[in-house]
Amino acid sequence: MKKFNLFLIAISILTTVGLFSCKPKNAGNAVDGDAASKVYVAPGKYDEFYNFVSGGFSGQMSVYGLPSGRLFRVIPVFSVDPEKGYGYSEETKPMLNTSHGFVPWDDLHHVQMSKTNGDYDGKWAFGNANNTPRIARIDLKTFRTAEIIELPNSGGNHSSPFITENTEYVVAGTRFSVPTDDANGDVPISSYKENFKGTLSFISVGKEDGKLNLAFQIVCPGVNFDLSRAGKGKSHGWFFFSCYNTEQASTLQEVNASQRDKDFILALNWKKAEEYLKAGKGRKQSVKYAHNTYSDATHSATSEILTEVTVLDSKELKDICYFIPCPKSPHGCDVDPSGEYIVGSGKLAALIPVFSFDKIQSAISSKSFDGEFEGIPVIKYESALYGEVKKPGLGPLHTEFDDKGNAYTSFFVSSEVVKWNIKDLKVVDRVPTYYSVGHLCVSHGDTKNPKSKYLVAYNKITKDRYLPTGPELSQSAQLYDISGDKMQLILDFPTIGEPHYAQIISAELVKNISQKIYKIDENNHPYVSKGEKETKVTREGNKVHIYMTAIRSHLTPDNIEGVKIGDEVYFHVTNLEQDWDVPHGFAIKGASNAELLIMPGETSTLKWIPTKVGIYPMYCTDFCSALHQEMSGYVRVSPSGSNVPLSGVTGNTAPVPATK
Amino acid sequence: MKKINQLFYAAVISFLVVSCGSNTQKTEDNKTAQEEKTSQDPSSYDPKRGTGKFTKVDLGEKLDAKMAEEGKKVYDVKCSACHKLTDEKLVGPGWKGVSERRAPEWIMNFITNTDEMLNKDPELQAQLEICLVRMPNQSLSDEESRHLLEYMRQNDGVK
Repeated sequence: MKKFNLFLIAISILTTVGLFSCKPKNAGNAVDGDAASKVYVAPGKYDEFYNFVSGGFSGQMSVYGLPSGRLFRVIPVFSVDPEKGYGYSEETKPMLNTSHGFVPWDDLHHVQMSKTNGDYDGKWAFGNANNTPRIARIDLKTFRTAEIIELPNSGGNHSSPFITENTEYVVAGTRFSVPTDDANGDVPISSYKENFKGTLSFISVGKEDGKLNLAFQIVCPGVNFDLSRAGKGKSHGWFFFSCYNTEQASTLQEVNASQRDKDFILALNWKKAEEYLKAGKGRKQSVKYAHNTYSDATHSATSEILTEVTVLDSKELKDICYFIPCPKSPHGCDVDPSGEYIVGSGKLAALIPVFSFDKIQSAISSKSFDGEFEGIPVIKYESALYGEVKKPGLGPLHTEFDDKGNAYTSFFVSSEVVKWNIKDLKVVDRVPTYYSVGHLCVSHGDTKNPKSKYLVAYNKITKDRYLPTGPELSQSAQLYDISGDKMQLILDFPTIGEPHYAQIISAELVKNISQKIYKIDENNHPYVSKGEKETKVTREGNKVHIYMTAIRSHLTPDNIEGVKIGDEVYFHVTNLEQDWDVPHGFAIKGASNAELLIMPGETSTLKWIPTKVGIYPMYCTDFCSALHQEMSGYVRVSPSGSNVPLSGVTGNTAPVPATK
Repeated sequence: MKKINQLFYAAVISFLVVSCGSNTQKTEDNKTAQEEKTSQDPSSYDPKRGTGKFTKVDLGEKLDAKMAEEGKKVYDVKCSACHKLTDEKLVGPGWKGVSERRAPEWIMNFITNTDEMLNKDPELQAQLEICLVRMPNQSLSDEESRHLLEYMRQNDGVK
């Protein structure tokens, strides 16, 4: 305790000195003396929340603890990860298959947790691939990517993966409109207006197993669909999408897509769309998209190419879609906990319009329209508007909510988070961010039951916040305590990739379901070795299969002979451990892919094509015991045509015969 | 300067008050399993029975061949990588005579409560100095560990 006190005093001195430093606008000024105690999670203690954060251009999803800001795990999703063998092992390669073949990288922008009754249920996390449009489902029992589905008729899958209040659907709107996949795409780019379409995909989610299915797509006019949120409570059954580039420009969008005073928020009645679908109003369209599923039983992924999607036309089928004018290239489009208020954030605007769901409904029934845009009715701005937050700051982007009727909006241009009251639309508080905040999230802040505890700002610019690391810097997140009337900055922490959306979920919902091992009895991998007795080496033509086991601290077999140049060697390594946190790694010299990292009870396969005659060491890469350095072996590679018999042994007394 | 000092002490004091409060609260909630165990009285350790859920295991006079057969299956998958059936040491000691050297409760407690036993049992600690690899907890069910015990007895000649 004494030491702890000294530590606190030291921190207090540092922060208090910060308070009295002369430099105005120094970031230290913004930190109060009790910040350290608010974020201090003592060694061995747990954080109160998990923070699932998009990895942006890393393609992955990272998991932090809050309030400590400690990084726990980077979950590989859309990019290969040699550290974990993801995308390199034979079992995980199919996860990254697409209609374009194997794609090793993507750009994961947004994270959504699965919901039941409008609040997080701790089952799954979803992420979107922005570049080659896909949606991924991550299983929160294993923190592994369980499923990836590709989206046809899309380009730049940005307004996704937003979720309805009981995870009925994950929604994905295309940011870049493109000609649909079944149309002739060999058209002049300047024919945007005529040939380019925007599609909105509705992916259903299996209630128990989470299985993804591209239920239908709604084809819309060619604009840029940016972000979206589902209605909740009274507005459950509706979805709201922000759109920009209603100018329908295809070049120099920076200027050409910013001409109009107002773009749109699209209000979409998906329950109505379901009715049309049931009534057979959809058109079957021939497309090609990959659907990849990882099985916990076989520890293997399979990829399937699907060839059909049902498309509903927003122009033909009335009363699904309505446009609402929204000032200046709206970005965020967020729905408050009650479901009544829809906050549009024009990223070039100096005000925040708040729309009312009830007013939208009466505008639709009284046809209070201002003409049409590409066949879709445009509701009169005033008929949908609840009110505007005047002069909140510059460049509003994203909004989440607390449980006291307040909204928190990030402002990129004026670099601040602004707290305002939803009912009276008055600004209550503002805090600077360091620097230029993009996304923000509040604990359970997009649900029906927000927890007014923490807000994290994900800043787009880092500059001088940390010790410099050359031209390339980590990204910078900032944690604010929002439990009081005033927001209080309490921590900076660096993040991987470029975080966009993130979610903060109570640790209670996830930590107790976390899986510790894969049960060896339930391992149905086709090449499993359940015990050393089942290890063997076999040859099928030029394919050599090595059934290997790993346990502290030896590999079986660990002396392998009879491999020849021209062979494809498959190491199928089963980790026989049945205790938590005892992975084994596997690597062999000259392998052109990566290592394997094999969890207890799991089987993973590394493909190896030796190109030179010689002796090749292999070893366990993950420190496993005091005898870890001994956990190794050799493979002898002979010239093609050699008659060295195929064999694999461990120790003098445990020969493993080669079988035919 | 005086003002600064006063403010500084005030900051420190308020800081300590807040942190002490939250600290005691935190110790109460997530104590790790490890801490829980080491806080028990070490002198209460019974080297004959070991520590764990098994206080009395009834052995039949004769071997239960069916159980032993099931036990062999468990051995093949989860134990054979480190233990031989002879007295030869591989990673861990050979099993010959183990069912005569140890009480059945000790064996089943060690199988199912491996880490705590390794931390407390003087003979296991001596063994660890020789083997240098902590026996892994292989997540055997109670039933499986009983089967395994029967297989050990069979290996030791019980008929």
